[in-house]
Amino acid sequence: MADNTNSNIHDQFHKEKHKEEMKHQVITFAMMIAFTIIAFGLVAGDFSKLFVVPIILVLAAVQVLFQLYYFMHLNQKGHEMPALMIYSGVFAAVLTILALTTITWI
Amino acid sequence: MSTHEDVLSSENLPHEPERATLEGKNKFMGFWFFLGGETVLFASLFGTYLALKNSFGEAEGTPSQDLFGLPLVFIMTMILLTSSLTSVYAIYHMKNHAFKKMMVWFGITVLLGAAFLGLEVYEFNHYVHDYGHTFTAHAFGSAFYALVGFHGAHVAFGLGWFIVLMIRNARRGLNLYNAPKFYLASLYWHFIDVVWVFIFTVVYLMGKVG
Repeated sequence: MADNTNSNIHDQFHKEKHKEEMKHQVITFAMMIAFTIIAFGLVAGDFSKLFVVPIILVLAAVQVLFQLYYFMHLNQKGHEMPALMIYSGVFAAVLTILALTTITWI
Repeated sequence: MSTHEDVLSSENLPHEPERATLEGKNKFMGFWFFLGGETVLFASLFGTYLALKNSFGEAEGTPSQDLFGLPLVFIMTMILLTSSLTSVYAIYHMKNHAFKKMMVWFGITVLLGAAFLGLEVYEFNHYVHDYGHTFTAHAFGSAFYALVGFHGAHVAFGLGWFIVLMIRNARRGLNLYNAPKFYLASLYWHFIDVVWVFIFTVVYLMGKVG
């Protein structure tokens, strides 16, 4: 009996925590939608290319970080190895894109 | 004394059922390792596209500014972003051990993913028939379909994965055996969305700007 009550309190604690987490994720989603609208708006509006391209690339990078840290839970504990793996991937990805756009195909 | 079956049943699942077993932990690590590899794979397609996006003959090719239409891409982006949120909801319910609610949200995710895929098929069909923008027409076409098509294939595979998981576990309920499976499928789905964020920015928006 004592055990049960204990586990219920425990459950309640986790449920509250999950709710809190979910709230952050919904806020993240709203920001991702906002960023997307800003990016499309900048392109639809008549701005200079040199102004628009860096901004939409930064917006994309921030959106991806939101996705990784909130939606894919990289912000939770026990995610050190996943972070190492994804950042190693990003490191190799940057080298790949640099090499392909500056040396290989041009 | 709890038997093996009791440990696996829905009523007494531990916190974070996706990583509660050794198998779950291994799958979790292995899947992130795979996602790191996928990042590099997509990077090579992005690099190829960036290098070849202007490689088409005067007569045969349509520049990306004239080819792409923003409204359709915007709708596709919204659909895929929303499907990412619905799979977050599914995992939220999984963590609260609410199996039925999880299935409903995964179901909505599948519907949104299918809508995205349908629009992509429509888009490609439009390019091929109205602009002669095909895979073999020029290097721009090859690089475009290799990149965006490969992403589309990921979406199709993700849909198949969700559907098979849902059918196979429909009557089983949530347990320590299938919690990691659902969790990984949702990670995969978020990763597809991550790639799409770069596709709509680098391919469509930057293509529109010139």
